[in-house]
Amino acid sequence: MVKYILKRLLLMVMVFLIIISICFVLVKLLPNKPAEQFGKDMALIEMRREALGYNKPILEQYVIFLRKSLLGFDWGVSESLYLGQDVWTKFMEKMPATVVVNMYTMIFAVPLGLLFGIYAALKKNRWQDHFISTAVIVFVSVPSYVYAFLVQYFLCFKLKWFPFQVKAGYDFLSWDMFVSMVPAIISLGFGTVAGLTRYTRAELTEVLTSDYLLLARTKGLSRAQTTVRHALRNAMVPIFPMILGEFVGIMSGSIIIEQIFGIPGVGPLYVASITAATPDYNFFMLLSAFYTLIGLLSGIIVDISYGFIDPRIRMGSKK
Amino acid sequence: MSEMKNLPKIPASEFAFVGDEGRLHDKKLETKPVGYFKDAMLRFSKNKSSVVAAYIILILVLYAIFVPIFCETSYSRSLTDTTYLMYTKLPPKVEGLGWLGMDGTSNVTLNVSDYNTLRAIAQETGLNPVVEIYRENYTDPTSSGKTTYYDVKVDNYYRMGMTYMTLTPAEFEAIQAWQDETGIQVIYPAITDSKQTDANIWYEANRKGVATLDSEGNFQPIYRTTTPTDTTYHSLRIAADNDPENPLSYARVTGTSAAPSYVVRVCKYNYFQYHYGFEPSFVFGTNDKGQDIFTRLAAGARFSFLLAISISFINLFIGAIYGAIEGYYGGAVDLVMERIADIVYGIPFMVVTTLFQLHLANKVGVVPALLFAFVTTGWIGMAARVRMQFYRFKGQEYILAARTLGASDWRLMFKHIFPNSLGTIITGSVLVIPGVIFSESSLTYLGIINLESSTMTSVGSMLANGKNYLSTDPYIIFFPALFIALLEVSFNLFGNGLRDAFNPSLRGVE
Repeated sequence: MVKYILKRLLLMVMVFLIIISICFVLVKLLPNKPAEQFGKDMALIEMRREALGYNKPILEQYVIFLRKSLLGFDWGVSESLYLGQDVWTKFMEKMPATVVVNMYTMIFAVPLGLLFGIYAALKKNRWQDHFISTAVIVFVSVPSYVYAFLVQYFLCFKLKWFPFQVKAGYDFLSWDMFVSMVPAIISLGFGTVAGLTRYTRAELTEVLTSDYLLLARTKGLSRAQTTVRHALRNAMVPIFPMILGEFVGIMSGSIIIEQIFGIPGVGPLYVASITAATPDYNFFMLLSAFYTLIGLLSGIIVDISYGFIDPRIRMGSKK
Repeated sequence: MSEMKNLPKIPASEFAFVGDEGRLHDKKLETKPVGYFKDAMLRFSKNKSSVVAAYIILILVLYAIFVPIFCETSYSRSLTDTTYLMYTKLPPKVEGLGWLGMDGTSNVTLNVSDYNTLRAIAQETGLNPVVEIYRENYTDPTSSGKTTYYDVKVDNYYRMGMTYMTLTPAEFEAIQAWQDETGIQVIYPAITDSKQTDANIWYEANRKGVATLDSEGNFQPIYRTTTPTDTTYHSLRIAADNDPENPLSYARVTGTSAAPSYVVRVCKYNYFQYHYGFEPSFVFGTNDKGQDIFTRLAAGARFSFLLAISISFINLFIGAIYGAIEGYYGGAVDLVMERIADIVYGIPFMVVTTLFQLHLANKVGVVPALLFAFVTTGWIGMAARVRMQFYRFKGQEYILAARTLGASDWRLMFKHIFPNSLGTIITGSVLVIPGVIFSESSLTYLGIINLESSTMTSVGSMLANGKNYLSTDPYIIFFPALFIALLEVSFNLFGNGLRDAFNPSLRGVE
C-alpha cells in the first residue's frame, strides 16, 4: 500500500512538472507588452519588464521560475490585474469565498443526495423511484448555469428573497453572507445532489439484491437493520471516495457560477488573468498550477481511499 | 459390455438409410436473422424514454438545419439591412399562443409622462399599446410623492411608436403608393421641431415630457403645417387633418433642391409591414440588437452541432487508433502511451482553450482554434474506452485462431477486435456531443472565446448576451437556455439508451 501511494505520488509530481512546464513555455510565448498609450510611461514599463527579467531567454526565465516559485514559493507580483500586489496574498484572499460557497453546497448536497438515493433504491420500480430517477436525469443533464438563471430570475428578481449577487466583504461565515450565497448554493447543489442520488441508488440496488442480505433477513434482522448495517455499509465503499473527490474538487469550485453570482473567488480571478488585455503571467501560472494540482490530487485521493475503506481492494496489485 | 452380447442379431438388409430419397439440406430459417446491430436497435426501441429523446434530438437537428435556410427574417439579412436595428427587445408573439404568455405583452410600471406617450400613440395610430390597466394614478410612498405611476400591461409591438427616418424621393413615393394601395398609414405628420425632438410626442408637453392637456383633458397637437400647394405628400392623412387651408406637413425637406431628402415620422409597426410585407411577430422575440432569436438560435444551434459532430469524429479517429495500439501491444508501449495521455488529460481544459485562443486564434481563426483545443484533450476518453475493449478481446481464442492463420497485427486490430468495441465507441461518440456543446457554451459565457459576430453565433454567446437583460427581458435568455437544457437531457437519455442497447450482457434482462 505504502509503495503504491509513493508510486502514485511520484508519478503525480512528474505529470505536474511537465504540465507546468508546458504552460510556462506557452504562456511566455504570448505577447504581453502593454500597448503604447497616452499617459503611459513606456520607458518606465520597459524598465520594470527588464527588472522582472522578461527580456531574458525563456529557458533562463524557466529556471528562475522553478527556483523561485516552485521551490521558494514566491509567485511574484501581479502586473495587470492588481498592479504590484503579491499574487499569493491576493490568491489566499480570494480563496475563502470559493471554499465557503462550495463547503455550504456540500453540507447540504451530500446528505440530500444520499437520502434521495437510499429512498429511491428502497422503493425500486415504484412511482417514487421513477419520479426521483426522472428528476435525476434532468438535473444531471441540464447545465448549472441554466439553474442559475432560473434561480436568479425567480428567487432573486420575482420573489426578492435573496440579493442578486453575493454580499461584498470578508465576513464569510456571517448569516447575511450565507443568505446572499443561497442562490449560488442552490444552483451548485442541484447537480451534486442529482449525481450523488444516481450513484447511491445504483450501488444500493445492486447490494440490496445480493445473497448476504437475504441471509441477514432470514436470520431475523428487520428491514431497517439490514439496510443500515449491511447494505449501506457495503454500498458506501464506492460512494465514499466519490464524496471525498468532490470535497477536494470544491477548492477549484465552479468558475461559471462564481461569475454569475459575483462571488469574489478564484474562478473570476483566473478568467480575468487570461482575458485581460495583457495576460497576467504570475496569476495565470499560480492558478494553472493550482487547478492542475487539485485535479491530479482528487484522482489520487479517490484511488487511495478505496484501499483504506475496503481492505479487500488492493490498489495497484497485479491481480 | 455384457448387455451388448444379448442384443439380437439384425441382418444388414433390415437397415435403411434415413432420408435416402434426396440430399439432406439445412432447413431454411423462417424468421429473419437478428444481428448485433439489429438486436441493439430492437432493444433500443423498447426503451420508451430514449426513443422520445431520439425524436426530440431529431426535431432539434431539423430546426437547426432548416430554419436558417427558410427563415431569413433578420439573421442573414443582418449584414445588408439595418432596418432590423429598430426592432430591439420585442417579446415573443405568436398568433394563437397568447395563453402561453407569447402575446408580445409585458407588465410594467410607468410614470405619468410615459403613460401619456402610450395614450398618444393609441390616439394617433389606432394601435393601442395599453392592453390592461391594473392600477392607475397612484403615488409611490417611498419617493417624494410628486410623480404618479401606472401599473399596466403593454403590447411591446405597439409601444415602439414612431421614429424619424430620412428617405430619398423614390422611397418617399414608394411608401405613399403602398399607403394608397393598402390603406395602412406609415407616415405621420411632422412635429414642430422647435418644440419637440422626441418622435413620439406630438402634443404640447413641458420640458420633462409631461403632457399639458387642454381643459377637456385632450392632447394639444403641435403638428407642423404647410401650404396647400405642397404636393410632395398626396397620400393618406390623419383624421385631424381636415382643414384644406392649412394642411399638415408630412415631411421635412432637407438636402439640395436637385437631390432632396425627406425626413419623415414613421410608425415603426406599420413601417415593418411596408418593408417586410407582413406584420411584425417574432416567435422567440428579438434580442437587444433587433435580431430575431428564433433564426439566430437555429444558426447558433447549427454551429454548435457542427462543431460537436466534427469534434466527435476527430476524437473517434484519433482515440480509436491510439487506444487500439495501446490495448493491443500492452506492456511498455501501453505504459508510455498512458503516461502521455495522463499528462494531456491533466492540463485543465480551460488552460488549453485559453492558450489555443491566444496563440492560434489570430492565425487560423477562433473556431479552428477552439476545435484544436477540444481535440487536444477530447480523444483521451475515446482512447481509454477502446483500450479497455482491446484488453477484453485480445486474449480470446478467436484472436489466437486468426493469428495462427497468419493474420497481421493491423488486420487483427481493425478486422477482428475493433468491431467488437463498436457499440461502446458509438455510445461514446454520441455522448461527446452534449459535452462539447456544454463546454462551448460555458467558455463563451465566461468570455474566454468570442463566437459572436453578425454572421455567426453560438448558443453560449446568446446566453452570455442575454444575461444582461435577465430581469427586464427574460425571454432573451430563456429560449437559448431552454434549448440547451432540452438538448442536454435528450442527448443523455439517448446516449444511455444506446449504451444499454449495445451492451450484450443486458440482453433479456429488461
